[in-house]
Amino acid sequence: MRIELVKRKERSQFMALFSPLIAVGMTVLAAGIIFAVTGHNPLEALYKFFIEPLTQQWSLEATINKATPLILIGCGLAVCYLSNNWNIGAEGQFVVGALFGSILPVLFPSFENVATLPLMLIFGAVGGALWALIPAVLKTRFNTNEILTSLMLVYVASLILDYLVRGPWRDPDGYNFPESRIFSDAATLPDVFGGLMSLSTPITILIAVILAVVLAKTLKGFEIRVMGESPRAGGFAGFSAKGLTLFSFALAGGLAGLAGTMEVSGGLNQLLPVISPGYGFTAIIVAFLGRLNPIAIIVAGFVLALSYIGGEGVQSAMGVSNKIASVIQGLLLFFVLACDTLILYRVRMVSRRVSAAEVSHV
Amino acid sequence: MFEAVLLTVITAATPILIAAIGELVAERSGVLNLGVEGMMIMGAVIGFAVANQTGSGTLGVIAAVAAGMAMSALFGFLVLILVANQVATGLALTILGIGFSGLIGEAFIGVPGLILPELYIPVLSEIPFIGPVFFQQDAIVYLGFALVAVVAYVLFKTRLGLVLRAVGNNHGSAHALGYSVIKVRFMAVLFGGGCAGLAGAYMSLAYTPQWVENMTAGRGWIALALVVFSSWLPLRVIVGAYLFGAVSVLNLHAQAVELDIPSQLLSSLPYLATIVVLVLISANRRLTLVNTPACLGKPFVPDR
Repeated sequence: MRIELVKRKERSQFMALFSPLIAVGMTVLAAGIIFAVTGHNPLEALYKFFIEPLTQQWSLEATINKATPLILIGCGLAVCYLSNNWNIGAEGQFVVGALFGSILPVLFPSFENVATLPLMLIFGAVGGALWALIPAVLKTRFNTNEILTSLMLVYVASLILDYLVRGPWRDPDGYNFPESRIFSDAATLPDVFGGLMSLSTPITILIAVILAVVLAKTLKGFEIRVMGESPRAGGFAGFSAKGLTLFSFALAGGLAGLAGTMEVSGGLNQLLPVISPGYGFTAIIVAFLGRLNPIAIIVAGFVLALSYIGGEGVQSAMGVSNKIASVIQGLLLFFVLACDTLILYRVRMVSRRVSAAEVSHV
Repeated sequence: MFEAVLLTVITAATPILIAAIGELVAERSGVLNLGVEGMMIMGAVIGFAVANQTGSGTLGVIAAVAAGMAMSALFGFLVLILVANQVATGLALTILGIGFSGLIGEAFIGVPGLILPELYIPVLSEIPFIGPVFFQQDAIVYLGFALVAVVAYVLFKTRLGLVLRAVGNNHGSAHALGYSVIKVRFMAVLFGGGCAGLAGAYMSLAYTPQWVENMTAGRGWIALALVVFSSWLPLRVIVGAYLFGAVSVLNLHAQAVELDIPSQLLSSLPYLATIVVLVLISANRRLTLVNTPACLGKPFVPDR
């Protein structure tokens, strides 16, 4: 027996829609097996992991809060991946964005007026974009591999954050704890819809929708897709590969930086040595599960957010390690990538003898 | 003092050396496996767990190699059989490896580990200065050098190496000549996985004999950068690994002499050095273009 791929005459629209769903189904199945192997009732664990968080007000709020940065970062990454720019350093761009966004509330705490929040958000986006432009400029100028440089900058960004909250940015009245001062009300993103979510969620959804329109309906969106699929054809059309590398990195970094600022302003309310449970990396999974489409990424963001909350849920209720969440996230990406094969190929199992017979007919 | 510094450089260089030489073989066959970090961390946790349960360091090392190979087989199945995107699948392997290792390793946090015994090479180990530094190491250090030598020999002096490089440089022609591109690549990927697993075992059984979550701390990624640094030439991997080893122990020794530099700056040096080196190497077009496998990262579907 071996597996053979047969190229479809055209891409399967059916599979393009359903392959992520098949992947989610397979992940749930695999998760059930892992729960069973580790000695837990799989059905109870699956319910607590995937369903229960959606049934209670507090856990629904938590899911929305976790989904928001994932969606925003995932949208930016989608633009990078569509145009064949492999930015995997969104985690670092998130952190640097948060640092830039915190400049006003930490260093100028008395600057409190209506301009505080908008300025913070702009600073955050600019900070993330600048951090993302480092690998982009190195790629366009020196042909340096952007995968490795963008990832290395994640470690550097986390170390800068660590240095600042333990050193110069530490709260002077904070009993030497490694934390910045707590943000004032003017620097805090308000809650909306009766406290169900922070203002960051509607902002994120709005950006995702705008991005979806840009990608589907504008020349820029066309350029992004053409340059990803055939840079040579794009070159003939007058599109600049270097320009697009800079653009897509700046956009992804900007969105990640915005997400970072909204996280510290709307959730944590101060800087801590660690401000992200790996949002930048999980957002890579979100982008692929959403098949690099901003609207689908909104849905995918909620699926991955559920895995964080569900992981905490099964830990407190059943004593399952919450590490199971990152295992499930990893498996999900594997299944998504495997199922994407079905869009372009039909998979069939053949025994050696049959395929030999086919050859003799020809 | 100098002797002690050199010893720490060797222990810091060994894991990235081994992981890089494995990845070099995979990339020479045309496959870019970005999952080195994930395979390495799985090797670290499985190596530690098995050594801890059986009391045998050797069994731990063997299990770690097997774990790395199992992870790479998963990767190979996806990118070679199902033609999935190599970059994304490599990332998936890393995310999965970090998750799984955390889950498996939870029971071993704070458990004292096993240290691989040092092998004293007769006569040579008694030479003053040189002896203790180069001939009183554990078996994996020697194995690392042996691996580089074997890979260098096989790649450039044997038929097998020729086929491997042909597959990596022009898979269409290699296929037309009757070589199984997929099979050669799968073997190369498995070799890379085994090496990454071995590198992981070195981390948890020799470098710091304990299990700490995320203990590889980006070394798998540095190994990937090292392959670029070496411009796909095995012997240059040694130079690179020792350079990075030296940079990464700066932190340790700077603390000892109480320099007034933030420790975070010193900790970030290996990552910054990686970026600088990548820029210097890739800016030199002549150097990279000659040796880069032409089909690196390109998918291959045999037409039947």
